[in-house]
Amino acid sequence: MFELHRIPEAELESGKYVKLWHGPQHPGITGNMSLELTLSGDDVVECKTHVGYLHRGFEKMMERRTFIQNFPIVCRIAVPEPTFNEYLYAAAVEELAGIEVPDRAQWLRCLNLEMMRLASFLMWLGGAAGSFGMSTVYQWTVTHRDYMLDLFEEMTGARIYHMYITPGGVRAPLPEGFTERTRSVMDGIEKLLYEIERVVLNNAVFKLRSQGLGFIDPSMIDDYGIVGPNARAAGLARDVRKDSPYLVYDQLDFETITGDKSDAYNRTVQRYQEMHQCISLIRQMLDQTPTSGSFHADLPNVLHWKIPAGQTYVKAECTRGEYGYFLVTDGSEYLRRVTIRGPSYTHAIAVMEKLVVGVNIADVAGLMVSLHTYPPEIER
Amino acid sequence: MQQLCERMTAQFDCDMVMHQKPDLSFLRVDKDKLESALVYLKTHEGFVHLSFVTVIDYIEDSFFRLNYMLHNYETAANLAVQVDIEREAASMHSIHHLWAQGWTYQRELKEMYGINFPGSPRVDEEFVLEGWDGPPPMLRDFDTVKFCEGRFTVREGRESQDVKQTMRDNIYPERGEA
Repeated sequence: MFELHRIPEAELESGKYVKLWHGPQHPGITGNMSLELTLSGDDVVECKTHVGYLHRGFEKMMERRTFIQNFPIVCRIAVPEPTFNEYLYAAAVEELAGIEVPDRAQWLRCLNLEMMRLASFLMWLGGAAGSFGMSTVYQWTVTHRDYMLDLFEEMTGARIYHMYITPGGVRAPLPEGFTERTRSVMDGIEKLLYEIERVVLNNAVFKLRSQGLGFIDPSMIDDYGIVGPNARAAGLARDVRKDSPYLVYDQLDFETITGDKSDAYNRTVQRYQEMHQCISLIRQMLDQTPTSGSFHADLPNVLHWKIPAGQTYVKAECTRGEYGYFLVTDGSEYLRRVTIRGPSYTHAIAVMEKLVVGVNIADVAGLMVSLHTYPPEIER
Repeated sequence: MQQLCERMTAQFDCDMVMHQKPDLSFLRVDKDKLESALVYLKTHEGFVHLSFVTVIDYIEDSFFRLNYMLHNYETAANLAVQVDIEREAASMHSIHHLWAQGWTYQRELKEMYGINFPGSPRVDEEFVLEGWDGPPPMLRDFDTVKFCEGRFTVREGRESQDVKQTMRDNIYPERGEA
């Protein structure tokens, strides 16, 4: 239930406490946000999350643009993993418009999403190690993420904002030789992960600082709406890919990975295991993705799209958990309303403000990164 | 979901039920029955997860439609509980005591739509906007063009284009108006 850790104003003025702003430029902050910390000595006694540094009014903008014009916008909502926004917006529009997506496009979308998950995890893993002082690891993981970006460039024509998944399918099939090059990159990342296991997960300092840090009691999970690896590390087998399969996940061989304690260390182990799972899924899809057939449905002129009045909610499992798009249409050529639901909304605010109380100032960055949050999906 | 909605209709007089797909339904309750409906769904029907709270501004009919999206992990069902409230001096009962992150959504809706949630923690604190003194910017009648003209200067030599016309002329010239 809701708890406030508020210190009376009179006590704040007693001189026992220090106010410190952690961010928005702090390297330990994930993205453009800040934590207003109240410290007693080295320990945090109160925290307020501040967002808004990257507010661009995505939802408002989308209400004033036609359905197709929203495509270059949605991918910019989460820089490290834009593809989930592309997929969810496309899936919601397709559902309301009654568009059937060809089978080959479903496989290509799924491959694109899992590649995105792996690239995002690589960036996160470097940040997690870096926030505990192991910045060399960041160089390793970002190098391999760059190899993934090379693959995205081949697949979609762009490295970051792909705009590959559009209503009706995808923009292009796989280029020649892509499968072999992707396998080679997967082999490289797999080797890197074994190095990471040795250097990070078995590192005495990392263990000492991260074990027990930011412990999420299982009783918090539902009250706080905690999802994704943060919840799975606590032992809850919840994964949208398994619970409400979409795309071709029901044709792939994988099990939901769970842990037994959600603290900063075990959340790292959880994501490390999910990275291995990602590689396995990508390899399966490279074997099974059809090499012929349509990759896009025939659609009417995009300048004249009018989606029938309706409302829906579609969701997918992004790297951080349930990510969803709630769309309302009124039969015009514009959206009536869109709400984007990202896991950071609760992880970076209600959960962070609770977990950080009592934490040493030096571990705040590590705790925050262990929750894996992206501010733009909060302020949309 | 069908049976659940029937139970809800019988118990809470839902005046609208819509099944969008097998795992997603919408139902509408009166403002004063929302809290008891949410408590019932959470404690008796397994809808323990609050995915989000959002609102749709129906300015033409002078009301807001609040949406509380719930999820049941056992059945993988999503249920949106909707409530219509007056747009003028909009106010709604707080649900912060039901879900620990509920206050954050209410704080956002206060800032972006001007809907008050009396008793909700920190509901008057700035959320995304800093030093904002204008009308709530997500309202349908918030004039974004006027706001931008008043706040920003136009860069010399920059030309504005009508996106649809440009696409029509440059990308799909052969399609004409079709």
